[in-house]
Amino acid sequence: MALLEVKDLRTYFHTRDGVVKAVDGVSFDVEAGQTVGIVGESGSGKSVTCYSLLNLIPQPPGRIESGTARFGDLDLLSLDEAEMRKVRGKRVGLIFQDPMTSLNPYLKISTQLIEPLQIHEELSKAEALERAIAELDAVGIPDPHQRIHSYPHEFSGGMRQRVMIAMALITRPEILIADEPTTALDVTIQRQVLELIKQRQEELGTAVIFITHDLAVVSEVCDYVNVMYAGRFVERSNVRTIFSAPKHPYTRALQKSIPAMQAKGERLYTIPGLPPNLAEDIPGCAFAPRCEVAKKSPGHGQTRPELVEIEAGHWVQDCSGCLDVEF
Amino acid sequence: MSYLELQELTKHFTKREGLFGGGTTTVKAVDGVSLTLKKGEILGLVGESGCGKSTLSRLIMQLLDPTSGSVVLEGERLADLPHHEIRKRRRDFQMIFQDPYASLNPRMTVFSTLAEAILTRHPDLASNRSGLEKAVSELMERVGLDSRYVRKYPHEFSGGQRQRIAIARALGPEPKLVLADEPVSALDVSIQSQILNLLKDLRDELDLTMIFISHDLSVVRYIADRIAVMEQGKIVEVQEAEQLFETPESEITKTLLSAIPQIR
Repeated sequence: MALLEVKDLRTYFHTRDGVVKAVDGVSFDVEAGQTVGIVGESGSGKSVTCYSLLNLIPQPPGRIESGTARFGDLDLLSLDEAEMRKVRGKRVGLIFQDPMTSLNPYLKISTQLIEPLQIHEELSKAEALERAIAELDAVGIPDPHQRIHSYPHEFSGGMRQRVMIAMALITRPEILIADEPTTALDVTIQRQVLELIKQRQEELGTAVIFITHDLAVVSEVCDYVNVMYAGRFVERSNVRTIFSAPKHPYTRALQKSIPAMQAKGERLYTIPGLPPNLAEDIPGCAFAPRCEVAKKSPGHGQTRPELVEIEAGHWVQDCSGCLDVEF
Repeated sequence: MSYLELQELTKHFTKREGLFGGGTTTVKAVDGVSLTLKKGEILGLVGESGCGKSTLSRLIMQLLDPTSGSVVLEGERLADLPHHEIRKRRRDFQMIFQDPYASLNPRMTVFSTLAEAILTRHPDLASNRSGLEKAVSELMERVGLDSRYVRKYPHEFSGGQRQRIAIARALGPEPKLVLADEPVSALDVSIQSQILNLLKDLRDELDLTMIFISHDLSVVRYIADRIAVMEQGKIVEVQEAEQLFETPESEITKTLLSAIPQIR
């Protein structure tokens, strides 16, 4: 049985411009110790998916319309705030893209690191501080005894992200949600942070849900990948298949548009157009207006294609006629 | 003759140690950088954070006075010019920044942003409304924006479109050099390619000379003719873009290359 089983999650935002279906029927599993990626463009619903699981969606305007998220014997989506507080930050940790805005600039690192321990494990301050220093040491912060008394601005971007990782893992969560953790960092620092996450994950057996728009990062860290477009998954598979035998035109177009995959001097492939407005009803495949395959063979149905399992563990939206056509 | 030449450009920052003066330490942010650019060339500038890329770009932009050395544009030493002349030259250098959310004034419409940029070069258009409107819509079309959106505000555009506005603004004053500081790092992969294609097209159409700063070598490889690698204030390696990938010489280049995430 999987550690986390999300079924048919729908999160809508009720705005003046209509109902924005940010997440519209998403299901996935996370096994213990596994790294599951959610990839997609900005606005595709990656972050909303994960924040819904932790009751971090501002309600209103947001509303979780349906779904279950079975985590052990709990359903994360039906917990009240008091019950959720026992899970969030304790059994599920979180790291965000920008470590400068997610650390409190007025508080020393020590205060921020021991807070989860005092809340969740009711440790005394001295014990908690001890644990915090050990945790900083484990994420490779030199001289942790001194550094723990510093303020966030005294650290570089990469070091701050290390502090965030230490803070998220200090309670030994079963799942770590990493929301674009390296997007704001330099390549060399990105490499260090990715390796650190991997190393701590192996040491602690934590499962990771990795949100990113960078396919190269996905291919390096993830075991299983969910490709998200316009609030739904268009393709789900283990990482090898996603890159060696992608089926859905969107997955293939994304891969084609990576600059590193193209020869110098050649014009870069770009996906034409923009993602759809999620406040409007989407007839048929959401990607069709931008899809070069769909242009060649018009006349797709008016209903959004369902995800079907085409081989064991490989799911794809059943855009019949599009899946194997070259473009 | 080279178009732009940096001669032994150096910038040291002196920091006072301790509360009451006492000792000082010197940070050599840019330490004897010499580079030349041909007209119409795109030079990639790469390095880790803190290597001095941004200080170097500020020196080139004439936003900082160098400790020593000089910037020579078309044979003219900018350091020798009086201040009011440097102000005039500043429009010859334009920048494109990383974050199009932060670098555009949220209270200005696309029209006022671009009109302001155009007027720095053509002040006579201020009294010629229709001429100015024409120039703005030409500029928008040049960067692939629909000129019907001229009255809209930055928040009404997507990230990629905003970066197009920022590029249009940089082109408004008809600069001799464009400095693009991580112009695609904040954008989605699919949008990155669009912006890179646009910059390449603009170079071909306008014979634009550009310095493209990035930490992402895979992007720089695609767009740059030559790549300069910077470490601790110095240029440690300059090579043709493809060459750099095949035969990296310095340790830092090898480190940067090995850090690029690879599709496996």
